[in-house]
Amino acid sequence: MATATATPRRAIECGVPDNTSFLHPVLKRNYGNWKYHDRPRPGVLHHVSHSGEEVWSVRAGTQRQMDVHTIRTLCDIADTYAEGHVRFTIRSNIEFMVGEESKVAPLVEALTKAGFPVGGTGNSVSMIAHTQGWLHCDIPGTDASGAVKALMDELYHEFIREDMPNRVHLSTSCCEINCGGQADIAIIIQHTKPPKINHDLVANVCERPAVVARCPVAAIRPALVNGKPSLEVDEKKCICCGACYPPCPPMQINDPENSKFAIWVGGKNSNARGKPTFMKMVASGIPNHPPRWPEVSEIVKKILYTYKEDARPWERLSDWVERIGWPRFFEKTGLPFTKYLIDDWRGSRASLNASAHIRF
Amino acid sequence: MDKKMHPTPMLDELESGPWPSFVTGLKRLAGENPMVVDLLGQLETSYRTRKGYWKGGTVSVFGYGGGIIPRFTELKDADGKPQFPDAAEFHTLRVMPPAGMHYSTDILRKLCDSWERHGSGLIAFHGQSGDIMFQGVRSENVQAAFDEINELGFDLGGAGPAVRTSMSCVGASRCEQSCYDEGKTHRTVINSFLDDIHRPSLPYKFKFKFSGCPNDCMNSIQRSDMAVIGTWRDNIRTDEALARKYFAAHGLNDLVNDVVNRCPTKAIRLVKATEAKAGPSVSMVKLSDEHALEIENRDCVRCMHCINVITGGLAPGADKGATILVGGKRTLKIGDLMGTVVVPFMKLATDEDREKLVDLAKRIVDFFAENALEHERIGETIERIGLVNFLEGVELEIDANMVATPRTNPYVRTDGWDEEVARINAKKSQAA
Repeated sequence: MATATATPRRAIECGVPDNTSFLHPVLKRNYGNWKYHDRPRPGVLHHVSHSGEEVWSVRAGTQRQMDVHTIRTLCDIADTYAEGHVRFTIRSNIEFMVGEESKVAPLVEALTKAGFPVGGTGNSVSMIAHTQGWLHCDIPGTDASGAVKALMDELYHEFIREDMPNRVHLSTSCCEINCGGQADIAIIIQHTKPPKINHDLVANVCERPAVVARCPVAAIRPALVNGKPSLEVDEKKCICCGACYPPCPPMQINDPENSKFAIWVGGKNSNARGKPTFMKMVASGIPNHPPRWPEVSEIVKKILYTYKEDARPWERLSDWVERIGWPRFFEKTGLPFTKYLIDDWRGSRASLNASAHIRF
Repeated sequence: MDKKMHPTPMLDELESGPWPSFVTGLKRLAGENPMVVDLLGQLETSYRTRKGYWKGGTVSVFGYGGGIIPRFTELKDADGKPQFPDAAEFHTLRVMPPAGMHYSTDILRKLCDSWERHGSGLIAFHGQSGDIMFQGVRSENVQAAFDEINELGFDLGGAGPAVRTSMSCVGASRCEQSCYDEGKTHRTVINSFLDDIHRPSLPYKFKFKFSGCPNDCMNSIQRSDMAVIGTWRDNIRTDEALARKYFAAHGLNDLVNDVVNRCPTKAIRLVKATEAKAGPSVSMVKLSDEHALEIENRDCVRCMHCINVITGGLAPGADKGATILVGGKRTLKIGDLMGTVVVPFMKLATDEDREKLVDLAKRIVDFFAENALEHERIGETIERIGLVNFLEGVELEIDANMVATPRTNPYVRTDGWDEEVARINAKKSQAA
């Protein structure tokens, strides 16, 4: 290893590593030749190749933000009970591949004993796609890992079972940029007050024209405040989106009292059945209440279990609402339909009911 | 190493319950690393005050301009001294994952050992763009931490106005729905943009994502500027043994309610087994001696639903490739945008095919670099200038697959109509 010298080490610009050496041997041998799969039990996928070879993958939930000891524990389990190869899913679940069915039960047992829930396959509620929050983000309105831990504690049984009408994807995001992404149910901070500006700092910290350009509603303009060049916000125009905050931290948008949670439903990326859909806001004004955010969990569970009870097989949350209609969604979930849920952004007329289609 | 722990009554509440606790993990690290003791102190403060306390800055490794997310604490006492000095610098290294996020335990252990030496010991598998996030390192250790990870065969990902880290699904390595070699394509495309990843100089971020079929497990349509989604042109393939197995287990009601009725374009029909037959564009499979399915593939939009339900009994065709969509992103600034089709189908079977994809990607990124406004994503550029201008700029032919419907308003100048028809006809006769 090179020691510190006048010339630092030049990076090897190797880019994306070749995954060949990391692939389980059965995966490598049957690359591109898989025939079908089934699920012998929740958390276990069984894939069969055209060659006749089989592989069992055991999926377990993780906390995503992992200490090296947790990762080593997972590696120990992979070396003792599986065959030394793992992969991660997009939702931070870990998968262990084994070439023999007899290895599945001991592997499941070892994972369960070590505190890793086995599940997240098929019609389960999978792990929540989430962001960094107070742990590492520079603009967070809330925490991510904590909110996810709290909610997954409550949805644990839905992770280890496959009892939902179809798969359920959740996401959380700590600001309206929504790094958690579209989901069947998404939990996102919604700011309700314009930014509070520290005029002493704006001139030194912010590139003012760039901040002005960033505002979606042209509510920001340059101004001289107390003799210093700064920015001012037309608070009547401001939609409290927080877009000005990342390029200009003195325009503080996060507000411990007034930044609330909103809940969105019906996002779907898959093309299965209908085209992919964006999620829709169905609730807001929910307090930011660490460490366990009980008010958020309550509404998420209400939506989730109404869907579970009422949807037909293979209906994702969006498919279910498409069948029953929005009025019944609000009626069944008991959520209030308020004027704030009627879109008024550009293109919003496309979200209105341009028909006489009414369900009674 | 026995730095005293700060009281963390709120975080402590996240140690109970059945889901794995990141707090328990952090506390374990805190026993060995004072940085994590102070990290817990700052995080507990955030839980109490409901405020974040990190600010960005400029930290980099030699030769690169991006890939490190710098974090400096803003939680300071009256004299401007950090309240939690051991976590005053807590930077993240974004590191690109292998395609499909496959690892051997050997490489994971080496990455852990290295990060324990240089950083906090906290790693996220993975960030929302796919990076392995090595979280928590002081400025002075960034270079050494990167050097070791780099020697292990890994490289930094994107940050800022750059091409970003990418993700591909498990795909060909373990999925029967795979329509191209997602891993190889992912690696070929991304490794053609390393300069744009490591040295941010675009108007804003640009993301690629690679999904092997229209189930789009990588969420590429709404999470990437350029989505490569596997599909096929020929007929859905069938396997009678597996189709019969499905039917025997589920029966006629499930077949009708879950498969036939859920076809979005009514391309599937239930027919008598004795009268069923396949045709040039019709897939047919017998489910029993009585019942069979016929699928009119010209009406099928490749949504994947029936294949998902009767996996193996129905399967993607053999003439596979991908649909390319451009412009997906979340709200800021103009509102949410899905990616939209710019190439209905391209083959991705050979290195030559993949080079064509790289070439297209380069034309699109170049167009983006030259024409997008600052902090504008490519979807917003297209919204601003119109799809046709974009297509002409990147030298792609228009196709009726690119629209949901033709224009619904008359606000257009059509004085070039005759020339355009003549051009299309000339092209058609040339191709014939």
